[in-house]
Amino acid sequence: MHPAIDQAVSQAGQIILGKERQIRLAFACLLARGHLLIEDIPGVGKTTLAHVLAQILGLGFQRIQFTSDLLPADVLGVSVYDRESACFKFHPGPIFAQLILADEVNRATPKTQSALLEAMEEHQVTIEGETRPLPEPFFVIATQNPMHQIGTFPLPESQLDRFLMRIDLGYPDARSERALLQGSDRRRMISQLKPCMEGEQLAALQENVRTVHVSAALLDYLQALLEFTRVSPLYDCGLSPRAGLALLHSAQAWALMEGRDYAMPEDLQVVLPGVVGHRLRFAHGETGAESSSPARRLLDAVAIP
Amino acid sequence: MRYRFAMFTLRLDNNTWLLAAMALAIAPHTPRLPIWISLLCLAVGAMRLIEVRLPARWLLITLAAATAAGIYASYHTLLGRDAGVALLVAMLTLKLLESRTLRDSMVAIFISYFLVITHFLYSQTIPTGLYLLLVVLIITATLIGINHPGRQIEPRKQLRLAAVLLGQAVPVMLVLFLFFPRVPGPLWGMPTDAYEGMTGLSDSMAPGSISKLSQSGAVAFRVAFDGSPPKPEQRYWRGPVLDFFDGRSWSATAAPDPKPADITVTGDPVSYTLTLEPHNKRWLLALDLPAKLPPASRLGPHYELLADQPVRQRLRYRAVSYPNYRAGLYPGATELNRSLRLPALGNLKTREMAGAWKRAAKDDGEIVQRALELFRNEAFFYSLTPPLLGINSVDEFLFDTRRGFCEHYAGSFVFLMRAAGVPARVVTGYQGGETNPFGNYLIVRQSDAHAWAEVWLKDRGWVRVDPTAAVAPRRIESGLAAALPAGEPLPLLARMDNAWLMQLRMSWDTLNNDWNQWVLGYGQERQYDLLSRLGFEMASWKELAVSLTAGVGALLLAFSGFMLWRRVPVGADPASVIYQRFCRKLARAGIVRLPNEGPADFAQRTAMLRPDLALSSTSISELYIALRYAPHPNASDLRQFGKRVRAFQSQLPD
Repeated sequence: MHPAIDQAVSQAGQIILGKERQIRLAFACLLARGHLLIEDIPGVGKTTLAHVLAQILGLGFQRIQFTSDLLPADVLGVSVYDRESACFKFHPGPIFAQLILADEVNRATPKTQSALLEAMEEHQVTIEGETRPLPEPFFVIATQNPMHQIGTFPLPESQLDRFLMRIDLGYPDARSERALLQGSDRRRMISQLKPCMEGEQLAALQENVRTVHVSAALLDYLQALLEFTRVSPLYDCGLSPRAGLALLHSAQAWALMEGRDYAMPEDLQVVLPGVVGHRLRFAHGETGAESSSPARRLLDAVAIP
Repeated sequence: MRYRFAMFTLRLDNNTWLLAAMALAIAPHTPRLPIWISLLCLAVGAMRLIEVRLPARWLLITLAAATAAGIYASYHTLLGRDAGVALLVAMLTLKLLESRTLRDSMVAIFISYFLVITHFLYSQTIPTGLYLLLVVLIITATLIGINHPGRQIEPRKQLRLAAVLLGQAVPVMLVLFLFFPRVPGPLWGMPTDAYEGMTGLSDSMAPGSISKLSQSGAVAFRVAFDGSPPKPEQRYWRGPVLDFFDGRSWSATAAPDPKPADITVTGDPVSYTLTLEPHNKRWLLALDLPAKLPPASRLGPHYELLADQPVRQRLRYRAVSYPNYRAGLYPGATELNRSLRLPALGNLKTREMAGAWKRAAKDDGEIVQRALELFRNEAFFYSLTPPLLGINSVDEFLFDTRRGFCEHYAGSFVFLMRAAGVPARVVTGYQGGETNPFGNYLIVRQSDAHAWAEVWLKDRGWVRVDPTAAVAPRRIESGLAAALPAGEPLPLLARMDNAWLMQLRMSWDTLNNDWNQWVLGYGQERQYDLLSRLGFEMASWKELAVSLTAGVGALLLAFSGFMLWRRVPVGADPASVIYQRFCRKLARAGIVRLPNEGPADFAQRTAMLRPDLALSSTSISELYIALRYAPHPNASDLRQFGKRVRAFQSQLPD
């Protein structure tokens, strides 16, 4: 495993107990230059995870609490007339940070949601005709309440596609929960965390991800997976080429975290549920077998060539 | 979102493939087609290439009718080989103008396949075969491209797949070739116009006719002798015998008595196998004089070997000849009379000289000697380009020009003899031949065509006299090129100076001979021969059909069995194939790899289930992962991997 990432993951694991897989997926998502969507009920540690990541990586952190009356200007920033200089002065919004936690993103109106998502895609914000670049690296962790909760505007598929991965944290197991209940205050622990890498190091790692070797055999497997979603009547619609790229980059990032310079089928299989979970839906009337997700069915159905 | 059911449309890439395939299939026909058909092909091809809007149906029908009318105007028929091919080419081309759907393209492709076959109506040589193989490859690649709707595949892959398909067809082709029932003669009736333009001896001889033939390097026939071949001066291959002179050209009279006169032979016979190129005439060539005749032939009135049918395809036959013979000691009166006839008028000087010889001579043999001495001692020259002769051609040749080719010498000699009262006639055929050291056979070309004379002497019968030998002895001993004086324009193939060119030519001819003998010459006789060696005595066509079906069936069964046994697609990664063996071995030990289980996961599970195998299976999996997924796998890793798996297979008992 890559030493710096290893250290970061183990530090995060001390605060968020029993969620090592999710932490590592979040790291992989970050290394693959993607954005992360965490969907779960309140109180399982979504916000804490975002905090920890920002702290460990030494990134500038901003949190935006999405509510139904949040306006795009509240996210992006606004120009205010300055009497002294006799001109409009731009007050950057909370989005001008390296790591954004967009909390409960599906509680805001679609207008505000799209303001955020445009910025995520383009890594820049255009306000009043002026284009302003966002800081690098730029990483958004959005949290989402489950759809059935009251007062939510579900993100449309096109917007969901902007997130590289969607993970859920879930309840901790009994042992982790016991440790949590016995342990000290998480907030204070976070503030005491020391960054284990600097901005340039993270950028270099992100660069390394793209050089991880992907053999023709692995691409065959990836394409077989994509083809299956497009041909099988099981799914509503097949995975897009963008989803294919997302799978590829995530697998590369995972391989890098494992300390390898090449990716293999297991990498793809580990990241696949996170990457395709929010992009793949069973076709109408296809509920699938009990307790199997679309991603699980996909992995079961396609053989490794 | 899904494009699976999108309508198929002909893309430019497939279009280009199709045009190229058709152009290649049509190209060799163009010299044989009227020029306007070639232009039509070019125009339609260009239209398709720049994707002009296709014409309306009524226009297309008019165009097709006009083309058919044009072909009828060119050939005065729509049937037969040439007109049929022209019609096929034109209609295939016009098909392009209504190629809108996949089906239209398929039709064009299948007509192209058919067009490939028509080339064999004209030529069956090795280069033709190789070229047409290439064309079939391109057409097949086109077929693959068109039937590959999803995405356009790479041209290289397309060609490789086509080559694999053709390669897979080879065993079936061999079975069909060997066992398809053969009938004597062509399998289907060839149109009569298929035999035009074959070169060879003709049944008349005028000054210039043989010298023109001698410019051709085409092979007349090939001979393989059972023992050593006879000496060059004995290699007289008898063709048509000409006994009627009309003042200018010699020709054969239709003989009322087809039975040849008596023959007595002495000395050792020469037996040989002769492969005669088709020449669309009835005579078969044989060494003087044939005693044992090939089947379906008879000896003509002048000892020439005649087939029952014109030789329209390459004919292979065995014959036995006796170089020492006495023939026609007691000829009929009509035969002798015919051999003395001359035109009533012309060539007075020659008649006069012959008359003087006759008066002075004791017997006919002396007259023959005087004539040969004339050619030997006077200033006669052997030449491929003699001056043209007028009405009294014999006079002009003997007294003025004195330059001539064998037909001049043979013709004037026979004239002299007849004028002197000695029965004589012209014999045409071939003389000499070139030994091919690689194949140990003799090649006789059209350039070896020759004319000589036969005189009838009392007590000796018909005796061969070659006046050309008196003028140019080297023609008989060493061939045409040696006999011609320097500076004469030589037929290209008669040049002897370039050693390696000569060698190349001989090797090529050997190859062609083998092709003719074993591929094109694989007829009923050879098939029976092969089958009887395989244990089929006197195979009927029914037995052949059964063995054919059984053979093809067995082949397909063997092939599918092999594919099933391998259980991996052709062209799979060798590392993957070895890994499958490893997995099968573990499966027999009760650890079955799931289809979607990655190699590392599988190794881990194996280690858990069978800790004794943990070490070997982990190291094998690591090697496999390195070979299959890591950058720059190398061959030594693959060998190492194969070795480990083999060791693993023997380590684990079944």
